[in-house]
Amino acid sequence: MPPAPESAGDVLETSDQRRAGATGAVTLTLRIRRYNPELRGEESWWDEFTIQADPNDRLLDALHQVKWYHDGTLALRRSCAHGICGSDAMMVNGKNRLACKVLVKDVAPKVTVEPIRGLPVLKDLYVDMEPFFNGYRSILPYLINDEGEPDAERLQSPEERHRFDDTTKCILCACCTTSCPVFWGDDEYVGPAAIVNAHRFIYDSRDHGADERLKILSEKTGVFRCRTTFNCTEACPRGIEVTKAIQEVKRSILFERF
Amino acid sequence: MTVTHTYDAVIVGAGGAGLRAAIEASDRVRTAVISKLYPTRSHTGTAQGGVCAALGNVEEDSPEWHAFDTVKGGDYLVDQPAAQLMCEEAIDAIYELEHWGLPFNRTPDGRIDQRRFGGHTRNHGEAPVKRACYAADRTGHMILQTLYQQCVKRNVRFFNEFYVLDLLLSDGRVAGVVAYELATGELHVFRAKSVLFATGGFGRMFKVSSNAHTLTGDGPAVVWRRGIPLEDMEFFQFHPTGVYRMGILLSEAVRGEGGILLNGEGERFMERYAPTVKDLAPRDLVSRAIYQEIKEGRGAGPRKDAVWLDVRHLPREVIEEKLPDVTEFARVYLSVEPTTELVPIQPTAHYAMGGIPTDVDGRVVVGPDETPVPGLYAAGECACVSVHGANRLGTNSLLDIVVFGRRGGRHMAEFAQGADLPALPERPEGFTREMLEGLMSRREGANAADIRSDLQEHMFDLAFVVRTETGLKKMQEILAGLRERYERVAVQDPGRRYNTELMEAVELGFLLDCADALVAAALARDESRGAHYREDHPLRDDEHWLKHSLAYREEDGSIRLEHKDVKLGPYVPMERKY
Repeated sequence: MPPAPESAGDVLETSDQRRAGATGAVTLTLRIRRYNPELRGEESWWDEFTIQADPNDRLLDALHQVKWYHDGTLALRRSCAHGICGSDAMMVNGKNRLACKVLVKDVAPKVTVEPIRGLPVLKDLYVDMEPFFNGYRSILPYLINDEGEPDAERLQSPEERHRFDDTTKCILCACCTTSCPVFWGDDEYVGPAAIVNAHRFIYDSRDHGADERLKILSEKTGVFRCRTTFNCTEACPRGIEVTKAIQEVKRSILFERF
Repeated sequence: MTVTHTYDAVIVGAGGAGLRAAIEASDRVRTAVISKLYPTRSHTGTAQGGVCAALGNVEEDSPEWHAFDTVKGGDYLVDQPAAQLMCEEAIDAIYELEHWGLPFNRTPDGRIDQRRFGGHTRNHGEAPVKRACYAADRTGHMILQTLYQQCVKRNVRFFNEFYVLDLLLSDGRVAGVVAYELATGELHVFRAKSVLFATGGFGRMFKVSSNAHTLTGDGPAVVWRRGIPLEDMEFFQFHPTGVYRMGILLSEAVRGEGGILLNGEGERFMERYAPTVKDLAPRDLVSRAIYQEIKEGRGAGPRKDAVWLDVRHLPREVIEEKLPDVTEFARVYLSVEPTTELVPIQPTAHYAMGGIPTDVDGRVVVGPDETPVPGLYAAGECACVSVHGANRLGTNSLLDIVVFGRRGGRHMAEFAQGADLPALPERPEGFTREMLEGLMSRREGANAADIRSDLQEHMFDLAFVVRTETGLKKMQEILAGLRERYERVAVQDPGRRYNTELMEAVELGFLLDCADALVAAALARDESRGAHYREDHPLRDDEHWLKHSLAYREEDGSIRLEHKDVKLGPYVPMERKY
């Protein structure tokens, strides 16, 4: 029997105990970039909050503690809290992360939190996601196949299925797109996430829309804007090799289809 | 100011059930989907292990075996005709998802691969059967993405980050809903001929839960406040394998692929509780077995309040390729390496079997005689058809949302095609406006997060895997106290823009309503069945309790309970052994 993992040990049961500074808690100072034009005008500002937190808590839990017990006006998106829904993308110590996949022990004693870049900030960590989803919608993100449907499933070998596996993992959190310096400076660029989702269909053996998507992505708003900085790959919380996917699409445009 | 919109069909919620209904309805009538989240944030995306259908791609199977397992798994509280229909339509529903591009894992000959899951058996319980179609441990993610893609293709109209806070009825007919726009704080009245609720569950009332922060029972509470009953609320599923302390789901697929459970002494204890299917027994049985092991001092970990999930013996490629996400959860949240270390787990609040009562077309039906409310529909976890009875089998929730999302969407559209637009009640947004103004009227008072955390703590102690009369009565007193504190809740944020503090306070009110209904129904049912285990009444009592419960909120705030018959069929209730 291996020894019990540390995380099954020092457990703080309730937020009450946490706030009372129960044993095992660490001190965390959150430096948060705030923006609230309704109450504070057009200038953003920095706020600092110091809390006691369990080292194994998520950064999201720490942000909740701030919101629930220090400042109710703090606004952030979140839902599933374990890295699947893609709501809580934010810039943590300068890197795009999901707040629910960063542990307090990895950032204590001090962490800086800002909204993701390149999308209009609406309030605190809320950004306007519409430009991001417009990019996604522009690449025809659905299976295209006019051959008529068989009675049972279409056949696809495990190898064919594996070809596009990596890009099926995308949760549309925007970590990649809003880490891209090209996207920051050019709101016409569809951005890495849209290309990832195009990739997911282009290399699906059941799909017949590759030519259309490659044409869209060969335009000046498409893949050739990419400067291969690898920020997107580094930022992806799902471990998708985003830059590689973009390179594959570029190669298909250059050598296969046109 | 209130903005008014007019549609034929309005769907509330954009998870699997809502999106599937939207595809169906938007092909036929003018449809809007209102969702408090961006659709791809919905909790369907976190479902992991699979979706069952008797395709027979890997070994012999039949929809009839699937239906039997569903009925037995639900401890015979399942409406059998609904379960039969679901298991028969399952096959088409899976092919349809595949035709829309869902990237299922494949067999060597290119067909949809299938694997084992808890409670799914060959020939009425002989042995586990490979019935779950899957895409690694991301099946829910793929379903949500695929359905959203189809909605993008069809240009479905979404109102994202709009919270539906009231149902409008006019002479007993649905007239629309009232929604709060998070971005602006404006109220919107959506007039409609038919409305379908697909808002998901309410697992956030428990301290340890696999549910998203946003799963607060909005749909059930909204209709309950308008006199619609909630069915079988006492039946809440506690999934055996949640990440210790955090409750994050570790899929049953881990055991489907060969993982086993060990107690603190290293014993594979499920062999004692379910000699035939062992670790693949249904979830209610496994959760109770874990509770029993811990109670008898054989728990694991420093506090002996966990057990171990062991996958160290599985081939590395199975772990990495078929269970990549759950493996990552153990690494990220527990700092455990599952290929070489044991993973500490504990039961986690997972799924509401109960909810808004519907028939197989998604129509909301009231009372023992099942009188439909014209134009009102529900589907998915917030609904109770009932295909899950007292305990849902793993994978059947994903099946439920696609089968009954489709049926509900089609029926609500056909209803709208034959109906005129009802008149609005006077001051349609009045109720909602007063509720919000009440919450916004105090800058100081009770803290909503404190009330929520007390609710979760006490529900976890008193209404979880094991319940007693004494405990449930105590919980009722606690709920009354929480309700009093809730009346004094303060909202610090005075703004109208992205006031999530205000919406969290509203959601807490929904949670309290759902908890009231759950506890009242659990107290009344003095038997044990499926996920509802009463230590003071440990046996199933078919003579008195082979029936659904219906909880109504009365005008004075009290709860009235009614019952309706279970729709039986070919499967005669018998003792449940595995």
